[in-house]
Amino acid sequence: MSQLSRSDVANLARLARIDMTDAELDHLATEMDVILAAVARVQEVATPEIAPTSHPIPIHNVTRPDVVSASLTPEAALSGAPAQEDNRFRVPQILGEEA
Amino acid sequence: MITRSAHEMSAAMVKGEVTSEQLTQLHLDRISAVDQQVHAFLHVDTEGALAQARAVDAARSSGEKVGPLAGVPLALKDVMVQKGIPTTAGSKILEGWRPPYDSTVVSKLKTAGVVILGKTNMDEFAMGSSTENSAYGPTHNPWDLTRIPGGSGGGSSASLAAFEAPLAIGTDTGGSIRQPAAVTGTVGVKPTYGGVSRYGLIAFSSSLDQAGPCARTVLDAALLHEVIAGHDAHDATSINAPVPEVVKAARSGDVKGMKIGVVKELNGDGYQAGVRSRFEESLELLAKAGAEIVEVSCPNFEYALAAYYLIAPSECSSNLARFDAMRYGIRVGDEGAASAESVMNLTREVGFGREVKRRIILGTYALSSGYFDAYYGSAQKVRTLIMQDFTKAFASADVLVSPTCPTTAFKIGEKANDPLAMYLNDIATIPVNMAGIGGMSLPCGLAPEDGLPVGFQIMAPAMQDQRMYSVGAALEAALLTQWGSPLLSKIPALAGSK
Amino acid sequence: MSLTYEDVIAKYEPVLGLEVHVELNTLSKMFCSCSTVFGGEPNTQTCPVCLGMPGALPVVNEKAIESSILIGLALNCSIAPFSRFSRKNYFYPDMPKNFQISQYDEPICVNGYLDVEIDTEEGIKKFRVEIERVHMEEDTGKSLHVGGATGRIHGADYSLLDYNRAGIPLVEIVTKIVPGTGKYAPEVAKAYVAQLRDILRSLGVSDVRMEQGSLRCDANVSLRLIGAEQLGTRSETKNVNSLRSVERAVRGEMIRHAELLNKGERVVQETRHFQEDTGLTRSGRSKEQAEDYRYFPEPDLVPVAPDAAWIEKLRASLPEHPSLRRARLQEQWAVPDKGWQQCLMLMLSTSLKKRYCWVPIQLVPVAGGLERYLASLMKAVLQLLN
Repeated sequence: MSQLSRSDVANLARLARIDMTDAELDHLATEMDVILAAVARVQEVATPEIAPTSHPIPIHNVTRPDVVSASLTPEAALSGAPAQEDNRFRVPQILGEEA
Repeated sequence: MITRSAHEMSAAMVKGEVTSEQLTQLHLDRISAVDQQVHAFLHVDTEGALAQARAVDAARSSGEKVGPLAGVPLALKDVMVQKGIPTTAGSKILEGWRPPYDSTVVSKLKTAGVVILGKTNMDEFAMGSSTENSAYGPTHNPWDLTRIPGGSGGGSSASLAAFEAPLAIGTDTGGSIRQPAAVTGTVGVKPTYGGVSRYGLIAFSSSLDQAGPCARTVLDAALLHEVIAGHDAHDATSINAPVPEVVKAARSGDVKGMKIGVVKELNGDGYQAGVRSRFEESLELLAKAGAEIVEVSCPNFEYALAAYYLIAPSECSSNLARFDAMRYGIRVGDEGAASAESVMNLTREVGFGREVKRRIILGTYALSSGYFDAYYGSAQKVRTLIMQDFTKAFASADVLVSPTCPTTAFKIGEKANDPLAMYLNDIATIPVNMAGIGGMSLPCGLAPEDGLPVGFQIMAPAMQDQRMYSVGAALEAALLTQWGSPLLSKIPALAGSK
Repeated sequence: MSLTYEDVIAKYEPVLGLEVHVELNTLSKMFCSCSTVFGGEPNTQTCPVCLGMPGALPVVNEKAIESSILIGLALNCSIAPFSRFSRKNYFYPDMPKNFQISQYDEPICVNGYLDVEIDTEEGIKKFRVEIERVHMEEDTGKSLHVGGATGRIHGADYSLLDYNRAGIPLVEIVTKIVPGTGKYAPEVAKAYVAQLRDILRSLGVSDVRMEQGSLRCDANVSLRLIGAEQLGTRSETKNVNSLRSVERAVRGEMIRHAELLNKGERVVQETRHFQEDTGLTRSGRSKEQAEDYRYFPEPDLVPVAPDAAWIEKLRASLPEHPSLRRARLQEQWAVPDKGWQQCLMLMLSTSLKKRYCWVPIQLVPVAGGLERYLASLMKAVLQLLN
């Protein structure tokens, strides 16, 4: 029984911004089934009264004071940029609206 | 000289028997001679290393006080950002990237005068157990070049076993320092989570990742541990407490009266025969050294692998979102009227390897609305249960032990097409990361059936890293007495060796 | 065949929801120590953290937490004893990590209210706007769209990104749904934002300049038939850059919704952009195909558990509520006419900023003459400065 169809995987690939081939999607759908079947066993013991842990160390309130320190130079900031113009990162035309 | 420990090399420099520059050159020559076969290094920084070496020599000869590892060469896993030096995390997507900043670990190494020889090979973005997922080709185990050196930090451990460096830095998320150490006959330590700063460590799974020392001896690992550990204001998850006294513990190696707990669920049952027998012999040695061996049970460990393969991919799916061809890294498909979105999608398709894409998709699914509670949410609960198991176990033992991994080094290509089989390599190491405690692997012999190294894992409670070093040093000393010489003296010589 | 506003309110009642983003005036960014100064040369105020470089990690600005708590207290919220950051995952070039560090199910402040007064021909009307939550997050970079007609994103050939603004602390204030405003919905929305702005200014946590973007308002509007229980479909309007625009946007959306509903058509749940020149909104992104943000707790940050004693100290430090101050001054000065109030507050707040006093000539005939007036004015200004 297949849990994830190819279009499910395609949706996930779209969310993850990866342009997968059809062959990849098919292959992944099969692999996902196998992996998900194996990992789903976490539900066996994850009962409601158990609190989830997102941090292994129980520390709180780590902050920094509101003090300014030196930034990178624009050259350093842009040093890895695939494209730049006027000290700004140049990117191809953006189709989506700003959030 | 290059087969000595870092500690011995340092002593030689102090005595004036060798300069750091000479020592560094010896290692650079060794890399030139053998790395074509081993492929431990992705980048060798000849000029930078020699410059650092000369600076240490100058400081030493002018009477300045230098640290215990000053002038000693080191190999750095390519997941750690080093300013101006190519840093790829084993991925094509970062090909050619030279970071504009240093990770805290690198800053500390530089301040300590350690000579960084270059960046070592790894599974892409630290995802894997064999270094076969590197976009730049696998690393070969110096014990048998047809076999894997472990992963994700195979390059670092292999460089030690090949005598290309006496020290290395690795990172460990599910066993990526310890398992390579086990299959290469070297020492690898994952400190308590938060013990070493993650600032500049290219993130795979933020709540599990930890950088740690790799070396050929327990004392060397301890010396390196003390250089890189400590609180960092740039890392909000770093522990604000003094570094555990690991060097002191490594020097003493005293286990008298210590309770050593064998985890029933990780006692080697079902593991390769030679792995299990070497493990049990080591327990006997520790008992002879004055420790008490007890049995503990951690029933929730059987869910650790499943929980790990939900938490780590989830976090990585988010951590790797930043690789979008806009600000750094490669950019593919930017021609004509291509949109930012299509460039992003194509770059990520081409730039990420299979395992990385697999985990990103898995993680995206586990976090998605409607599935969060069943997958990611449940996995975080399993984490709580594993921590409770450890807490209970540590109430009756000072440290816990197990074989580091179920088998010795397998052949390159053997498990590459079976992700689940590959994931099983980490079954004994993963619980440690889930709970955030410390874990060490040190060599405990060769498996009789294949003559390949076996690793012994020691686990200590959070912030009690020194206990691993006490037990590790004790076992190492006992084994050395039994063997007569270090395990690595038995490694077959590589072609090109002097 | 466009409806009049009167046509709309005769048949429908509006339900509002307002989301206000405030850029805090901290010296450094939310998660790194880059400067937040406005107007710097592009990419001169960036670092590995706010550029989202591999290996970089965030560390929370303590002043931002303090400011958020002050805002929550001023809005009568409960301060969460335990608050966590979460990642909001989506891809956009102005957001370097392709996730925003925000807060999801454990925001710093919850369940407050703001009482809003509006002046109508039927006298002063009061509305209580309930506050759902106040939470912390980070701002995005700025994009310059090149090659298009108006510098807007449509039709642009490419874009240029400046990340100076990326990582500047933002506080988001979200109201619960606001029913019962009837025909006054546009005025209530405007008055809410105006009053919120006054409070934020008096707290000193932001320079709240809508035209500069340090105060941003998104207005959510839906309509239902008068007396109906079920809520209508809402639309969200962004790019509302002034108080007047808030009012116009709400009014415009109410009319637009009514026109659709009258024709038997459906209101689409979507994001719309307000256009200053026409007072109308144009369609943006459809919210029905909204991204799944895959929120999860931010693993690089630890929870915020503000100390109760500290919260009380902050509460004690709250300045007098602007509406209370107005009432007190009105009494003190014996200013009978409510029109004065507006004039007075504008003058006083202006003088605080620009350090001069100007005296509107119309004031002179009342309240005992110019001299006494000036003396009172100086006294009040000094009080405010203290």
